[in-house]
Amino acid sequence: MALTKAELVENLCNSLGLSKRDSKDLIEYVFEEIGQALENGEMVKLSGFGNFVLRDKGERPGRNPKTGEEVMISSRRVVTFRAGEKLKRKVEEYRGTEKEEAKG
Amino acid sequence: MIKSELINLVSEKLPTFTSRDIGVAVNNILDDMCKALYTGDRIEIRGFGSFSLHYLPPRKAHNPKTGEQVITVGKHTPHFKPGKALRERVNKKNSD
Repeated sequence: MALTKAELVENLCNSLGLSKRDSKDLIEYVFEEIGQALENGEMVKLSGFGNFVLRDKGERPGRNPKTGEEVMISSRRVVTFRAGEKLKRKVEEYRGTEKEEAKG
Repeated sequence: MIKSELINLVSEKLPTFTSRDIGVAVNNILDDMCKALYTGDRIEIRGFGSFSLHYLPPRKAHNPKTGEQVITVGKHTPHFKPGKALRERVNKKNSD
């Protein structure tokens, strides 16, 4: 099951004793402020988690996958996420052991 | 923007809480998100985006010191796909 806002709200209620209302507001504000910073063209660095980086991509030729027609893809700004070292390492570790168990 | 700045901004929106409380909550949220990913779960935040794991299969590589050929182990890496709303917000300023 995927982790959603609803679950994050519930976890905040349980672990910090916040009301449902406050937890919900807090979580909305957190993602809203991250989005706002990115909209303002600012990179977001969250230590222990990772960085949201903006990349400006130039115009490039592409193809409509349905029709095969060649079209120009306009220049645009996109968000990319670069996981922090700690998160990357933990993701590798967990998956490593799970794979061995599956094999054995 | 770094984490402490995020905490201050959220504190301004929720004046009934101290920024220390907000800080604990923000770390709590990020911990939950990390935990979801390293237990193999996806994260889906409506309007923001989703995080999932991408699998990098084993590949041939070289030890840069000895030049010896090695096969790397397959591993997973966190991946973020921005949601439609975020994608549009971020790109808006650029096209203005």
